[in-house]
Amino acid sequence: MTVYDIAVIGAGPAGLAAAETAAARGARVAVVDAAEHPGGQFYRHRPGDDGSRHHHWRAFTRLRDALKNVDHLAGHRVWHAEPGEPHTLHCLVGHADERPTTVRAQHLILATGAHDRSLPFPGWDLPGVLTAGGAQALWKGHGLTAGARAVVAGTGPFLLPVATGLAASGATVHGVFDANRPDRRVLPLATDPARAIEAAGYAAALLRHRIPYRTGHAVIAAHGDGRLEEVTVARLDRDWRPLPGTGRTITCDTLATGYGFTPQLELAVHLGCALTEGFDGTPVAAVDAAQATTAPRVWAAGETCGVGGATLAIVTGALAGYAATGARPPASLLRRRARQRRLAAALAAAWPVRDGWKSWLTDDTLICRCEEVPHSRVEQAIAAGARDTRGLKLLSRTGMGRCQGRVCGYAAACLVGAPERPDRPIAQPVRLGDLAAGDTAPIHPRAGADT
Amino acid sequence: MNITVDGRTVPAEEGQTIAAALHADGLRAWRTTRVGARPRGLFCGIGVCFDCLVTINGRASIRACLAPARDGDVVTTGGER
Repeated sequence: MTVYDIAVIGAGPAGLAAAETAAARGARVAVVDAAEHPGGQFYRHRPGDDGSRHHHWRAFTRLRDALKNVDHLAGHRVWHAEPGEPHTLHCLVGHADERPTTVRAQHLILATGAHDRSLPFPGWDLPGVLTAGGAQALWKGHGLTAGARAVVAGTGPFLLPVATGLAASGATVHGVFDANRPDRRVLPLATDPARAIEAAGYAAALLRHRIPYRTGHAVIAAHGDGRLEEVTVARLDRDWRPLPGTGRTITCDTLATGYGFTPQLELAVHLGCALTEGFDGTPVAAVDAAQATTAPRVWAAGETCGVGGATLAIVTGALAGYAATGARPPASLLRRRARQRRLAAALAAAWPVRDGWKSWLTDDTLICRCEEVPHSRVEQAIAAGARDTRGLKLLSRTGMGRCQGRVCGYAAACLVGAPERPDRPIAQPVRLGDLAAGDTAPIHPRAGADT
Repeated sequence: MNITVDGRTVPAEEGQTIAAALHADGLRAWRTTRVGARPRGLFCGIGVCFDCLVTINGRASIRACLAPARDGDVVTTGGER
């Protein structure tokens, strides 16, 4: 069976840059990615896309072209990463025709990216309420508008491309509501030329589409009979508690909401990588100056080691590519990483999540969508002695459902007052028959040809 | 190309996921939860939340937001087992 020199997990900005760098140095590289098309969430696109909806599209086309020098194992969802010599990635391929396969490599580069961080509020599970990234994925990936009348709420600069994307897709956007009031902490970002230009572009687009942008406001409830019909928007105090008398309703069929991003760390945990606190204090994979994790022959790049955006992801991906092939990286790359990390820290400082969101909850607000656990049961579990997310799960089923606590994990951790635990030994649902079948031959033709 | 959704013909484009085809067809919810019979459809849109599950060609519990639509796919929506 083929053993690759390097398997890169994830084909977003970090993974593609890692693969490009490692392949250019002669390594035999596999890029293992869950999606059918390369690009990850950031470069999500339609087949034949001309890039007009994208930032940094030229960077992507260059990285994508480099895939011809590697085995791009698309549509491979890694459900378990087993450390060893070589490491083994247990994957599932296909959907209705799902089947198991394995990929082996001496070295791994984890570039598993991040997903939207959600905060619960009354009515957040009504159809029509989407994550900000979900609304963006419909537009970038399918050219579809998420809805006709939309509201965007949450925190952070990502809300801006989501709002302008919705408007470009034909939706009427009734407002962007950022719970934070950005202050001088945004200065490092405002003085970064690339980000300032990008922000100016969004500001112009908001003006052109007449989209109101309000800071210090949040959607604190969604309402509707079987689907979203309106949202309540309120002005917040500094701690994000709604100011009395400021609530108003907006009629809409779509709400795109996001409060930052949560890195996907399951595979890092499988491999024994130590975690540390990222720019915002939540868990990320710990890496050294060469992007090496604490696990032997495992590197990490991109959001996996701290949410910092596509440029930081590309830089750290390239650095991991150099390190995994035993090469010294150019000093310029190290300087770019230092600068991008400072910007990422500024981003986290300017757009934090404040505790007052908990005051938006009512007794019957679902915390765990999968197991339908309301806030009152979470409070009962905490009163009964739950001290961490594991105790909360055992006492209330919060985080026990199909998503394995990915959606409610951040909120649950905040409510119980303990860190989120990304320990999911099985990172993707796997059928018992496939588990029982044990080891499986690779299905990729080029890899298979060497067996 | 077309897919069949609960016996109804729904158009789908090359490269679209099942969820995108359902969304383009105007559907916003296609499953109910087992405790509260709450309607669910797309939420995360990227395979994280498992709200958008459907049965495709007899195979249950598939994330509609990840599965590419293929001509003639038979999709069954509805309850949770």
